[in-house]
Amino acid sequence: MTDTPKDLRYTDSHEWLRARPDGSVEIGITDHAQHALGDLVFVEVPDAGRKVTAGEACAVVESVKAASDVYSPLAGTVLESNTGLAATPEQINKDPYGAGWIMRIKPDDPGQLARFMDAQAYAALVASAAE
Amino acid sequence: MAFIPHTADDVRQMLTVIGVSSMEQLFDEIPESLRCGVLTGIPPALSEQEIGRLMSERAAADGQPLNFLGAGAYEHHIPAAVWAITTRGEYYSCYTPYQAEASQGTLQTIYEYQSMMASLTGMAVANASLYDGASALAEACLMAVRAHRRSKSACVLVPRTVHPLWRRCARAICSNQELKLPELAYDRASGLTAVNALAAHAGSDITALVIQQPNVFGLLEPVDELTDWAHAQGALVIAAVNPTSLALLKPPGEWGQKGADIVIGEGQPLGVPLAGGGPYFGFMTTRLEHVRQMPGRIVGRTVDLDGKAGFTLTLQAREQHIRRAKATSNICTNQGLLVTAATIYLSILGPSGLEQVASACQGRTSELVERLGRAGAQLRFPGARFHEAVLTLNRPCETVLAALAGQGICGGYDLTEDYPELGHALLVCATETRTSEDIERYGQALARILSGDRP
Repeated sequence: MTDTPKDLRYTDSHEWLRARPDGSVEIGITDHAQHALGDLVFVEVPDAGRKVTAGEACAVVESVKAASDVYSPLAGTVLESNTGLAATPEQINKDPYGAGWIMRIKPDDPGQLARFMDAQAYAALVASAAE
Repeated sequence: MAFIPHTADDVRQMLTVIGVSSMEQLFDEIPESLRCGVLTGIPPALSEQEIGRLMSERAAADGQPLNFLGAGAYEHHIPAAVWAITTRGEYYSCYTPYQAEASQGTLQTIYEYQSMMASLTGMAVANASLYDGASALAEACLMAVRAHRRSKSACVLVPRTVHPLWRRCARAICSNQELKLPELAYDRASGLTAVNALAAHAGSDITALVIQQPNVFGLLEPVDELTDWAHAQGALVIAAVNPTSLALLKPPGEWGQKGADIVIGEGQPLGVPLAGGGPYFGFMTTRLEHVRQMPGRIVGRTVDLDGKAGFTLTLQAREQHIRRAKATSNICTNQGLLVTAATIYLSILGPSGLEQVASACQGRTSELVERLGRAGAQLRFPGARFHEAVLTLNRPCETVLAALAGQGICGGYDLTEDYPELGHALLVCATETRTSEDIERYGQALARILSGDRP
């Protein structure tokens, strides 16, 4: 069983979103996603200052057996990226919701998080995909 | 590894299993407009006997002229052992096999090849090869755009001293991917990339600069200055090099303060015989930091569960079977058989053997230039060169080359079409395979032709 924290929101492409006190949104990939990918060997993160649209591929995670894009769930500007992942991609495997965060985005329209899945809905999605 | 084609019965069975009635139905999602239609230029099929006869006649029509033509493909002595080993059954397959790790010998050969190319070019990593030098240039331009994320222009500067066919190939492949490949003029006196042509681009967003060494005229470009200029502009450097020349010249990894970023070239001089257009092979090497943007296969060395050394395809997430449309390339291949020949060629020659070949080429070309000068040809550019030189003649190259051909001499490459501003300019080459007698024969023939009445 994979971990799905209650205080986060989720996308059907397996990103998680965390609202931060300054109005920005932290984004990473879920525990389920890192399990499915296996041991990560390379992560490419977007440059700070980059404008992204909702659904735009802006990071890449690569494991020994697959590579996958990470999509920005929201339109906005990249405030900061976890550049440390270049040297330690395994942080995503070890701590997908903490040290394995990928990017922080300042959304163009604040307060949109509620339209994404909550933990219960995401867990149901993962469970139904597994059947 | 045998190639066994499907029989009509195999095809029918497979279609039945997936519930499709015909091949036509299998491909019906491809719109009519994207299909190539009828292949009108393809003649009807011939029998094995007929095709054998046709090819023998065509080969005989080529003859075996005394060759002074280079211009991208070069006649070198190939030790008999090279192809005796390469054509053994264990090697005689052109692809990295499916289930690659079952073929440790093939993978080790490619690994050794990669190590040799990385060492020869002074770079950290090499791929398992590409189609040829020209398409390797195109792949290098595309790779530079991916690797240089801060540059938004997708603009790669290509000097006119880069081989014209390579430029045309790069343009054909890159133009539909929204790359811009502006050309840089060369200095008419020196035949080298012009400093003022560079100056026009100073301060603008440039993704990369291509530097061919030796350039198409056989001349040695000031690679240190060009590399440092490009890096000062924030651009990457793509080095296009002749592998034989690297036995004498500084490897691209040591050009300027920081070295080139991507190195490509035509591998044919390393043990591949001349043939009409190929098959040859391209090589590509780069810095470790750019390895994930490099196209093509890469073989790595690893250890198995018991700690024993083994070889494996690595970094495959760059490739189309995993990354699909976002792969580093969907048009490249590796030329495994020719790479095998190159690996054996380099192993047999060793560094000192390759240096002897390169020195002999340079010496023979100097001898040729001197002899043809006495025959009435003018050396167009006086600078340092490797094994080719531009000569200007007192009448059109076309007529001179035809007259030479009549005497069994292939006299060189006519530059008139690509460089009309040079006049009757002929590119000549002498490798280690040319003797003093060969050069004398060319000299005498040319002297007679150039002293005759002008047409």
